[in-house]
Amino acid sequence: MKSGSTLEKILTAGHFAFTGELGPPRGSNIEAIKKKAAPLKGMVDSVNITDNQTAVVRMSSWAASLFAISEGLEPNYQMVCRDRNRLAMQGDILGAYAHGIRNMLCLSGDHQQFGDHPQSKGVFDIDSTQLIQMVKNMRDEGTFLNGQEIDDAPKMFIGAAANPFAEPFEWRIFRLAKKIQAGADFIQTQCVFNMEKMREWIKRANDMGLTEKTYILAGVTPMKSLGMARYMKAKVPGMDVPDNIIDRLKGVDKKKQSDEGIKIACEQIEEFKEMKGVAGVHLMAIEWEHKVPEIAERAGVLPRPQV
Amino acid sequence: MIVAERKPFDEIKELIHGYKKVLVVGCGTCVAVCLTGGEKEVSVLSAELKLSNKTESAPATFGEATVQRQCDFEFLDEIKDIVGEYDALLSMACGAGIQFLAERYPEIPVFPAVNTTFIGVNKDVGWYEERCKACGTCVLGMTGGICPVTMCAKSLFNGPCGGTNHESCEINSDQPCAWHMIYTRLAKQGRLDNIIKICPANDWRNQKPQTLVQPGYEERKASAE
Repeated sequence: MKSGSTLEKILTAGHFAFTGELGPPRGSNIEAIKKKAAPLKGMVDSVNITDNQTAVVRMSSWAASLFAISEGLEPNYQMVCRDRNRLAMQGDILGAYAHGIRNMLCLSGDHQQFGDHPQSKGVFDIDSTQLIQMVKNMRDEGTFLNGQEIDDAPKMFIGAAANPFAEPFEWRIFRLAKKIQAGADFIQTQCVFNMEKMREWIKRANDMGLTEKTYILAGVTPMKSLGMARYMKAKVPGMDVPDNIIDRLKGVDKKKQSDEGIKIACEQIEEFKEMKGVAGVHLMAIEWEHKVPEIAERAGVLPRPQV
Repeated sequence: MIVAERKPFDEIKELIHGYKKVLVVGCGTCVAVCLTGGEKEVSVLSAELKLSNKTESAPATFGEATVQRQCDFEFLDEIKDIVGEYDALLSMACGAGIQFLAERYPEIPVFPAVNTTFIGVNKDVGWYEERCKACGTCVLGMTGGICPVTMCAKSLFNGPCGGTNHESCEINSDQPCAWHMIYTRLAKQGRLDNIIKICPANDWRNQKPQTLVQPGYEERKASAE
């Protein structure tokens, strides 16, 4: 075991992993975390705790991760390169590990222009691939980025993101290979809506032997409404929402759109369970945490294996 | 070249408020090429200042001087006989030139009339684009002559990120994705192996003031000090 996290145990035992997401509050409101955490308990193997997502200030990811632990969840601590330099990153990783955090997702981060402090200075001292490599070397070599020895090295199960849909498509699989070479133990993909492209991307990952070297969790986001689908198609960078999704939501009564969204998500999860090279699903039920038990039930991923 | 843009007129007026004799000092190099702080722009700004001062009870007076380069003491010496007549200097040079003017004439307050914005290229008359952040560790050899530090909004060394919007950057559809351009150019040149390797963390040499002394000039520097 690299870190001994539940997520690592689930994946190495060959179970189909199921992970969730929890966005920390825009304040110090512990009750808000508890409220979001409660429906996730027992439903997912690990919960991504986002790091100032969409470049909007929120409670820090490591702090919210600790609350997740006290609520009985296993956090997947997200860290973006936008807000801190290599000193702050390594310091936070040491502290996070010392407090019991065992999974980490290494990301570039949305550009600060999108967020609530667009005048801020983006740090981007290192990039996501370099961050993965840094966390791996901290774990496996017991050294900081500068090569100096760490007194009790943090042993994280290292995650990375991949977007199978963004251009240039031909290069995406090579960028995935770079992240795996850097040390990504698992991958969580961008929300998948374009299944055809996803199948092709996974096929390439299989052909290159990448799925032997890492665990790929497909990103699934249930659409709450037709409006959400249209917004994601038009406004969210790197998102590929094909017309068949829009048409399906359009085809049902407005009151039934959220149910249809969950149905689409469950059909995707069913396909991912059978798809060679996919080791699990990362469910991003955006501001819809209370629906996770229903989705998990309908997707047939319950009960979660005890490892 | 170094590109600058003129500050808003009201901000310039506020900066020099209370000074009665102001010398507007232009620079004949980069800021002249980008139509911000050369001889012509000096006369436009001083004309505007004179006009807006007419209504004041005791209007300030403005002089004009443009030297070839404000980043060079030799050229700053050209105005040594007239600066004593003024109680403030308003520089239209880049940030380096403004500081060197202040260093050459430390008794006189110096104010900036421009914001220095970037190291860039002349795409056409009146149209300039940034190309270099002077990070101090050039990787253009690896990236097919396209700078990831400058042209990628996240300065990624192992791009492109997941936000690529077709061929554009996520911050703006008018901004091409640097890593898409890097990929395309290297693919055409058959040099994709350059970026298959992981590029290690950068050495940000621009995080402290830099000095360059060319080989053979060390003694000259020592004697000048």
